[in-house]
Amino acid sequence: MSALTERPARGVADDPSRSGSQRRRRTSVAAPWMLLGPFLALFVLTFILPIIVAVGSSFVRVSRKGVFGEEGVTTEFAWFSNYAQALENGNFIASIGRMLLFGVVQVTVMIALCTLLALLLESASAKWPGFFRAVYFLPYGIPGVIATILWSFLYVPGLSPIIDIAGAMGIELDFLGAGTVLWSIANIVTWTYTGYNMMIVVAQLKAIPGEVYEAAKVDGAGPFRVAASIQLPLIRPALILTTVFSIIGTLQLFAEPQVLQTVSPAIDNEYTPNLSAYTTAFAYNDYNVAAAQAVLIAVVAFALSFIFLRLTSRRAS
Amino acid sequence: MSETRSITTATSSKRAQRLSDQQGRPGGSRGMRVLVTGILVVVAVYFLVPVYWVVIAATKSTEDLFGSNGFLLGSEFSLWSNLHEVLTYDGGIFVRWFGNSVLYAGVGALIATYLAAAGGYALAKYRFRGRNLVFGTILGGVLVPGTATALPLFLLFSQLGLANTYWSVLLPSLVSPFGLFLCRIYADATIDDSLIEAARIDGASELRIFHTVGLKILTPALVTVFLFQLVGIWNNYFLPLVMLSDSTLYPITLGLNNWRSQVDRLPEFYELTTGGALLSIIPLAIAMIVLQRFWRGGLTEGSVK
Repeated sequence: MSALTERPARGVADDPSRSGSQRRRRTSVAAPWMLLGPFLALFVLTFILPIIVAVGSSFVRVSRKGVFGEEGVTTEFAWFSNYAQALENGNFIASIGRMLLFGVVQVTVMIALCTLLALLLESASAKWPGFFRAVYFLPYGIPGVIATILWSFLYVPGLSPIIDIAGAMGIELDFLGAGTVLWSIANIVTWTYTGYNMMIVVAQLKAIPGEVYEAAKVDGAGPFRVAASIQLPLIRPALILTTVFSIIGTLQLFAEPQVLQTVSPAIDNEYTPNLSAYTTAFAYNDYNVAAAQAVLIAVVAFALSFIFLRLTSRRAS
Repeated sequence: MSETRSITTATSSKRAQRLSDQQGRPGGSRGMRVLVTGILVVVAVYFLVPVYWVVIAATKSTEDLFGSNGFLLGSEFSLWSNLHEVLTYDGGIFVRWFGNSVLYAGVGALIATYLAAAGGYALAKYRFRGRNLVFGTILGGVLVPGTATALPLFLLFSQLGLANTYWSVLLPSLVSPFGLFLCRIYADATIDDSLIEAARIDGASELRIFHTVGLKILTPALVTVFLFQLVGIWNNYFLPLVMLSDSTLYPITLGLNNWRSQVDRLPEFYELTTGGALLSIIPLAIAMIVLQRFWRGGLTEGSVK
């Protein structure tokens, strides 16, 4: 502080009203809010307000009087009746169950695959690691919708060379049937996000200091031993992070089933929780029940992430 | 002469370093190398198959698309006429969609990065009342599913008269809670308080200090945040689907799906869809390959710690 008063800076010295520690203190109180202000304003508009609107409208029932609602609209507090309606909808519950099954299988396969690829790429046995890393990462830049369009052409009989080739070998493939289409979607999601998750794991692997490997070598540890006892424990934080994001992503699944709907009759309008909420809002025009569904989806995503984090932290300690 | 020598020493020292690097890592025998590279090649084929298919499909006429094997070229090479059709159909609507995507993703990511940097810097470098509450709330935002807010956001924007405008997609794209989180961690670790204090003594205003000192040091983190946000907005489908009904405002994801949904009635949309998909993949594919090294750099500092 003494330095400040002794050495007033250029431009400040000739204006006594702007100099001095009082002004300095005031600006440093205001400064963080000026920097944060624009972000906070938009955050409130696009996160806080929508959440308030969603929670608010999920507790409200709008009823229209008259055949076409021409005699006015009344809004009343409806307690949990929208939630009850959402939870009584067997298709919505089934869609959540479907996503749990999907998540358990797809997230496990994807995390295992991305870990394996990262370990292989970072091992000395891999040739051209830069090239392979770029190829694996490439699908992340392709929007889910366009990825689904591409894969849907590989799933449709008559267009798909994969079905043709399998057919020539006497194997009949059906990617779009009731029993298989869920795993066809899982394939698209795995294809899109494995490389992205792999990059996070690779980043963590690169942060392991070389001395650790040297020490392991001196102790005579082979590559599998190094992977199991050094690399896997040290990339745990990255794996937990990618798993939590994948769980949240799974419950949001929308674009892939919605696009595949036109080629697969097995996908109905309530195939995933999000598709169900979208249908409720825009096909049935019931925004209040849709809001209740959106809140339920977010709560389930929160709960699952929380449970996963608790389980992994308990095992660590 | 001396220049070439310095280059050769540079490359040979690089090679020496890579060698010692590899010696430190596990693995290495010849059989192991063949096995590992073999696995990597098989996986690479899996990741490239759909891309390869669309490149081939975009060169075919409709008859060839159904009449010939999807992995082999057809009898006619109609790539240029297909692409011409894509670019001119419906008064060049594809170009418009592409431009919209560039606008949403480019402008959105740029402003989002700046706002996240300012916010993250403020939370890392100032002690003020409400700081932890603000940070905790924003951190909660990281875990809120994007699609959970899209629906209520539509209701809100409808009331404000913003639905079905450029703003309805652009405004939510300007906020990146994850970006702010990364910037805060990075600013905490890299920007020295004494540097800020020195700038204060020089008489720089707080905002000026952020713009000159802060942004400069944050640059590596900013590249990561920008790329995250760019890809996130470019790939977004649910938000524009909910918000937009005017097809001239569509981003490329929505536009292409609009074309694809018409293939059952009008088979010519097959060529439009495959050609359009090819054109939309090329810029992002190049960007991914070029930018993945920057990506890696930022991630280590941020998300993983």
